[in-house]
Amino acid sequence: MGFPKSFSQFREYVGKSNNKQLWEQIVNWEMEESELSKEVVIDKMDKYWEVMQKGIKEGLNPEIKSVSGLTGGDGYKLLNSEQVLSGQLSKKSMAYAMAMAELNASMGKIVATPTAGSCGILPGVLLAVQEEYSIKQREIVESIFVASVVGKIIAHKGTVAGAEGGCQAECGSASAMAAAAVTYLLGGNIEHIENSVAISIKNVMGLVCDPVAGLVEVPCIKRNGYYASTSLIAAQMALADVSSVINVDEVIDAMAEVGKMLPEELKETSMGGLANTPTAKRIEKELGGQ
Amino acid sequence: MSVFDIIGPIMIGPSSSHTAGAARLGRMAKIIAGESIKSVTINLYGSFAKTYKGHGTDIAIVAGLLGLTEENNDLKDSFEIAKEAGLNFKICEMAKGASHPNTASFDIITESKNIFIEGCSIGGGNIVITRIDDFALNLTGKFNTLIIPHRDMYGTITKVTQRLAEDKVNIANMSVVRKEKGVSALMVVETDQKVSNTCIKKIETINEVNSVSFIPPL
Repeated sequence: MGFPKSFSQFREYVGKSNNKQLWEQIVNWEMEESELSKEVVIDKMDKYWEVMQKGIKEGLNPEIKSVSGLTGGDGYKLLNSEQVLSGQLSKKSMAYAMAMAELNASMGKIVATPTAGSCGILPGVLLAVQEEYSIKQREIVESIFVASVVGKIIAHKGTVAGAEGGCQAECGSASAMAAAAVTYLLGGNIEHIENSVAISIKNVMGLVCDPVAGLVEVPCIKRNGYYASTSLIAAQMALADVSSVINVDEVIDAMAEVGKMLPEELKETSMGGLANTPTAKRIEKELGGQ
Repeated sequence: MSVFDIIGPIMIGPSSSHTAGAARLGRMAKIIAGESIKSVTINLYGSFAKTYKGHGTDIAIVAGLLGLTEENNDLKDSFEIAKEAGLNFKICEMAKGASHPNTASFDIITESKNIFIEGCSIGGGNIVITRIDDFALNLTGKFNTLIIPHRDMYGTITKVTQRLAEDKVNIANMSVVRKEKGVSALMVVETDQKVSNTCIKKIETINEVNSVSFIPPL
């Protein structure tokens, strides 16, 4: 029957299974799709999670610098600051997400989740949740399978590419995926997961993709930090049985529609938004020959 | 579409299109060239030409030309590795001339030939090779691929597909283009299964076939 193309289909397929069987169903779909054994599929995701964890650690090096020299070291600063305004979990998630995005900008090894520009959000949130809630490695891997289906449904109904749908498609999708993974880890059922995705996306709708000098650095790195923390807020609401009035499939359709309506200037062309500010233009010039 | 299209690929940053896709374009060019490359001119167009320094697009392409994958930690040091390996390369920023914003072309010189290859990075690390010499094509590297330059003559396609069928190889996509009637044509066959060496040899023995290159999925 293959992967679900919408959440209503997803719910139909897994309706009778309990929460803990969700990920197994996803693994089954993957086995069908890729013609690989269960063991190989799970081992592959295990390896990906290891790369993500390693990346966050590397990204927390205070000396890290991007190729352009514009960014680096903010994840480290955040993790080591004394202020804890939005809670330890949120602070850690942001710091880890930014560290990963900074590693990406420095030509380090990352996993695109779903893209390189939004690679910090899912791993950052998961590592922070794992540490704060002492969650087993295996369960984290299960939650990444859950996140992957969220990404697949968004990609099917809309897009996860900034050039097609703006930053809502990248950081927005990533935060929805992270919210779903956290909701799953903390015992949410399919309905909670749907609501976490809907709430995440509703609050990132219309976010533009406006990278300064065309580079995956400004504002991408801070957006990774920011949307890591908002994914926790969405999961928090969903787990408290707060439900989205507009159902998740319609929310995703609306995001796809907004993505299409965004002008080209705000879809990774660096012709509008922050990329079109005087400072951005100066940076572009200083980077030279580009 | 696998879950690993959403979670993945594992890659050296910062951009799936401008870094990972660029490395794959380079690697594909190396495989298509077939022989050791003596020197290469890399032409960058559109967004590639404008932002390649900050994205390491040039570094990634050279890494690919050295056979490194998009997740290899050595990717960053490709310029030095190229120097040690004796691969001469030149990067050219092109003002215009390509339809897709992330396009690169390669003028490659090997021991025995010159070859021109052009391709685009179409997002998420995915690529398409759009031209080999005078032949326009659409090669994604997602399948097992056979590239077969041959003489434009009736029955040649049947002979090739016959040999694939004998080996139980199923064709996923296939295209044939020719430069000149009765002279030279190019067959690109994408298959679900790996094509064995024995099968490749059998195809090579077909009179009208000039050569056979086999490319495993990237």
